[in-house]
Amino acid sequence: MQSLTYRRATSIGEAVSLLQNGGDTARVLAGGTDLIVQARERKRDVSLLVDVKHIPELIGISYSSDIGLVIGAATPLYQVYGNKDIKEYYPSIVEASSVIGGTAIQGRASLGGNLCNSSPAGDSLTAMMAINAIAHIAGPQGERDIPVEDFFTGPGRNVLEAGEFVVNIHIAPHQSGTGEAWQRFIPRNEMDIAVVNCGTYLALENGSVTNARVALGAVAATPIMVPAISEILIGQALNDEIIDMAADAASEAATPIEDMRGSVKQRKHLAGVLTKRTLAIAAERAQS
Amino acid sequence: MVATEKNRDTYKVIGTRPVRPDGTDKVTGRAAYAADTQMTNLLHAQVLRSPHAHAIIKSIDASKALALPGVKAVITAADLPDTDSDSTQKLLDNVIASNKALYHGHAVAAVAAIDVHIAEDALDLIQVEYEILTPVTDVREAMLSDAPILHPDLRTSLQATNVDTATDIETNIALHLRQERGDVEGAFENSDVIIEREFETSWFHQGYIEPHSATAFWSHDGQITIWNSSQGPFVQRDSIARLLNLTAQDITVIPQEIGGGFGGKISVYLEPIAAVLSKVTAQPVRLTMTREAVFQATGPTSATYNRIKLGAMHDGTIVAAQAYLAFAAGAFPGSPINPGVSCAFGPYYFENQLIDGFDVVTNSPKSAAYRAPGAPASEYAVESTINELAERLEMDPMELRIKNATSEGKPNSAGAPFPRIGAKEVMDAVKNHPHYNSELQGDDVGRGVALGFWHNAGLESGSSATINSDGSVSLSVGSVDIGGTRASLAMQLAETLALTYEQIKPHVADTDSVPFTHVTGGSRTTFAGGWVAYELGIELREKMRQRAADIWDVDIEEVEYTDDAIVKVNSDEEKTFTFSDLAKKMATTGGQISATVSINKTSQGPAYAGHIVDIEVDKDTGKVTILRYTAIQDVGTAIHPSYVEGQIHGGVAQGLGMALTEEYYYDDDGHLVNSSFLDYRMPTALDLPMIDTELVEVPNPGHPYGVRGVGEVPIVPPMPAIQQAITDATGLHIYQMPVSPRVLLEELLESKNLSSNGHGTGEGRL
Repeated sequence: MQSLTYRRATSIGEAVSLLQNGGDTARVLAGGTDLIVQARERKRDVSLLVDVKHIPELIGISYSSDIGLVIGAATPLYQVYGNKDIKEYYPSIVEASSVIGGTAIQGRASLGGNLCNSSPAGDSLTAMMAINAIAHIAGPQGERDIPVEDFFTGPGRNVLEAGEFVVNIHIAPHQSGTGEAWQRFIPRNEMDIAVVNCGTYLALENGSVTNARVALGAVAATPIMVPAISEILIGQALNDEIIDMAADAASEAATPIEDMRGSVKQRKHLAGVLTKRTLAIAAERAQS
Repeated sequence: MVATEKNRDTYKVIGTRPVRPDGTDKVTGRAAYAADTQMTNLLHAQVLRSPHAHAIIKSIDASKALALPGVKAVITAADLPDTDSDSTQKLLDNVIASNKALYHGHAVAAVAAIDVHIAEDALDLIQVEYEILTPVTDVREAMLSDAPILHPDLRTSLQATNVDTATDIETNIALHLRQERGDVEGAFENSDVIIEREFETSWFHQGYIEPHSATAFWSHDGQITIWNSSQGPFVQRDSIARLLNLTAQDITVIPQEIGGGFGGKISVYLEPIAAVLSKVTAQPVRLTMTREAVFQATGPTSATYNRIKLGAMHDGTIVAAQAYLAFAAGAFPGSPINPGVSCAFGPYYFENQLIDGFDVVTNSPKSAAYRAPGAPASEYAVESTINELAERLEMDPMELRIKNATSEGKPNSAGAPFPRIGAKEVMDAVKNHPHYNSELQGDDVGRGVALGFWHNAGLESGSSATINSDGSVSLSVGSVDIGGTRASLAMQLAETLALTYEQIKPHVADTDSVPFTHVTGGSRTTFAGGWVAYELGIELREKMRQRAADIWDVDIEEVEYTDDAIVKVNSDEEKTFTFSDLAKKMATTGGQISATVSINKTSQGPAYAGHIVDIEVDKDTGKVTILRYTAIQDVGTAIHPSYVEGQIHGGVAQGLGMALTEEYYYDDDGHLVNSSFLDYRMPTALDLPMIDTELVEVPNPGHPYGVRGVGEVPIVPPMPAIQQAITDATGLHIYQMPVSPRVLLEELLESKNLSSNGHGTGEGRL
């Protein structure tokens, strides 16, 4: 590991100025579960770590039926999946955040970190995309909001400009008649990177789909939304035939690479399988 | 006294489950491993590794690295001694490449610096000019006549007659060996049924949790001390001496507590580098591998290609058996092709058999021993073919095996008669096991069964024992304790001396302190070390009798050592010592009593295992879930049954990893791209079932307590058992390992396409 400087920021303004002055090799430190490993293995050039865990806005979870859910970007995952409102209203966030790393990692890792690491296979990303989470960003030019689905620009790359970082993640209040689900496929039963992951959100009215959002991970250079599935499902009643069509659309939308974690054929097929499985669960949740 | 003749019910210590002597230190984190070694002026080393799988090293310029403040030394192959021996040169070349990098991760230079981070920085400053060559990582491609050649001087060595293998051309085939019995061709002609199948297995790494680490200090007087993670300190001492052009007397190896080896910590990788860096700097040097380096440059076991042909009569008698086994050795010759060949048909007796084995160099790490080296691959191929033959003959697969089982007196692969073995007992135990006879429940489920055979090893062991004045006995052994041998050896000494386990204090000694002891491997330690413990016990009993005789001034023949460790004269009640009473008197009656014993035993008892597995296949994803696993094994005598069961659990766990998820993944340029625990995918606790064990005890007649090695054979049956279970669940025959979810899913999709196109289900493939 290279020698580096560590600074603890206690306010958004302080973090912005530290990052701005730090240049290209200044990095935001939340849980560090990706960053420290990358720095230690010299896969990322880091000269300054700006610890944001002591900025009040970045830690904690709040929920209200008018504003919805706000999760501080550096809030550790165990607090995310242990939160009673999230457990009640956002089961896909629980499903995704509880399988990232092992217990020790979950004491440090955060949704903001998963977001900014911007891995095409990041587990919480497709969960957040499907339920249209919004990333609230602070930076030298002030604060701005960007939907998670528009956040990624490539493997490990995203829309953040120099000096910018994610403050929190906002998700709209839960609506009755909606359901969500998240699944991934891994060869083992834990400690694996997703071969494919999939987040799904459904809104039903009188048995007919009024909104549908499916996001797929590890099948392209970034996690992707599959708008074709929304087109297929909206206005339709869910049945086996229409779910098969959605699954085919997912396989079609997947443009994966072949690597040690999975083959093209396998990933395209699994995109369909997970779409089907998450749609079934989301539909059940929407109706319960 | 030969203990196997005793009624085993009379054992007082053997067969019990005492607390392990190393438990507290390991649980509390106090145990000292090689990377914990600390000393004054310690330097930290790092190794620069080749980014290419096959390349000529044209030049190395270390001047910028040497100029970095904190850097104390940079060495390359030029700093290692010269040798006239080709085999020594190849070993040296594996430690640091001299003119060619032969695999991705091959060491090319090493740095010592005042801290590990500076050493890392220095690596980036070493400039190496490579001329990149085309690599070959696949064993069959490496055998082709137009394959890239790794060693232009390599010629095929023949241990075979009547073969047309050329021995005068450039080749990657280092060895062709053949074993033959009877008339195979004639027997195939007379067979009712012939079946021939091809199999492939990937590279599998031992996956020990502790990476390799060595600290070396080369003193001004020329004495070298090494503190390392080692399965065989004596063997490594001799190997380091050979590589550094020194003798054993110059080197002391002090093995530290070891965090797993499975065969992979016998080869020497870091020790010569650390030693030479220490010589150059006159400071101690510590060198610990990264996990990436462990995967890239140590272990693994050979990737293999195997073809099996069996000829049988309708009644199930297998009359002809032929095997073609090609093992990838990695960058230098030395795959486990020999044991692969000799174990292939191990559980059976076939009148006519022919086995050809090939050792083939490839642009991959030099293969190292891994738990029953060579046996899992060759027996996987044979067992899977036998299961398919049973299908063809419509016979119960265990019935077919029992019909062809080998037994005492039948020749082993070398032609010598087997001693008393438990092959048949294990097969019967499988066939009669409630698991085997239970009904499988559910959809997409399947059952598999397979046998395993392993020779086990004997070889040299030595130990010393000293009786202390408090009545305890210190036992210094030359065997590093990987799988519980401090306990199993202490138990055998306690049994022989009729003492309690707690009275024995076992200790792993360094290479200056006890007689030469071969590696902890080959499932030999509890066997051979147990022999030593037994002989030590006998000698100490004799010495205690003699001491009492001297004290009482009677003839030793009058003195008895009882089964309660009482030393007495039967005819005189006054003349009685407890073991402790006599121990107290040692100092004033002639001094402490001790003994040192060394042996070289060849009476190791072969081991047999039979495994049964039930699985469920998720046909949408290709993922296999193990529902039930039963491992039955002839363990001779279970000295410490918990450790024996632990060995079986461990072997099964590693075998299941090979069967389902583990593999080396090379890209087209020969780069190993999954060199991390994350992507190599060993099974975790959540991936493994409860593993039920049944210990069959057929005592080894060649050991005082009937011990057979137990550690290796349980890794053999999982691959073929899983293969058959997958066939049972899906109807698909898959001839490669691992059957990862990717492989199984793609086969399932393929068979679905075929069946929807009216081409059948893919069954019956030849």
